[in-house]
Amino acid sequence: MTDADRAFFEQEITGLLDRLYGAALRLAKNRADAEDLVAETVTKAWANFGSLHDRRCFRGWLFRILTNTFLSECRKTAPVSIEALAESRDDPDGEPAFSLFDRLHQPFLLWWGNPEQEFLDKVLQQDLQRAVDALPEVFRVPVILCDLQGLNYQEIAETLGVPVGTVRSRLNRGRSQLQKALWQHARDAGLKPAPATDKESSHASQTGEHHERH
Amino acid sequence: MHRRQVNTMNDIKEIGCEEALRRLFEYLDRELDGTRHAEMEQHLHTCRACYSRAEFEKRLKGRLGSLGEEPAPPEFAYRIKNLLRRF
Repeated sequence: MTDADRAFFEQEITGLLDRLYGAALRLAKNRADAEDLVAETVTKAWANFGSLHDRRCFRGWLFRILTNTFLSECRKTAPVSIEALAESRDDPDGEPAFSLFDRLHQPFLLWWGNPEQEFLDKVLQQDLQRAVDALPEVFRVPVILCDLQGLNYQEIAETLGVPVGTVRSRLNRGRSQLQKALWQHARDAGLKPAPATDKESSHASQTGEHHERH
Repeated sequence: MHRRQVNTMNDIKEIGCEEALRRLFEYLDRELDGTRHAEMEQHLHTCRACYSRAEFEKRLKGRLGSLGEEPAPPEFAYRIKNLLRRF
């Protein structure tokens, strides 16, 4: 490894450290494990740096190492739940997607403002963190890879060793569960009054369609 | 090249709300091909309800994205710096 390689690697790691740490924290869910995960990732990345031919791919490559390191740790401690990441199949007959927007966007609430806007303004980072952390592993990891790390579906599929269609399905289900948790939290926090039934959404009433049902 | 662009434009179909909502997350994740992406954009330009939903999901996705960055504690940053020095 040349001095230029070393300088490049150090500069990239230093620049990405907050993102690496943030992603590790959401994967590991506690600071001590997140710190060990990042340290192991950096060590592995340096050991394999010679195999990275296109340095423009450094970021995606690094986050894949982070995720794979996390997944291999999980396989040691909880082999059953993590194997589900590779094996669980689409569930087209499962419960329909939950839409937080449709729950918030109800005609009687629009009299006094914009509830979706209010929700987005008031929801705290820690509420979002809690909702992500509470997702089952099989949905949490794809949601983190897509929404927090910005990987595309193909990259997520390669990282998890599943087809792209499975990634799409797990993202849908993960987001649905995430939105349901945020809705329940909003109600518990008194952010919003009475619950609505599935068919009361204003969007559905405006368009004549039931958007939650597909 | 010009012919291809014209053909692509001709391929764009009008889609309804149900189809738009089915594609919404793939649109926000930038996973749709050019034609399907353009169909979504066209629908969102003409449907206030779907546009509002798309804006909400986009902002929520943005808020989630901000969870991906967390300032590393100084002592941890020091640990990594030391690690890098050993390479």
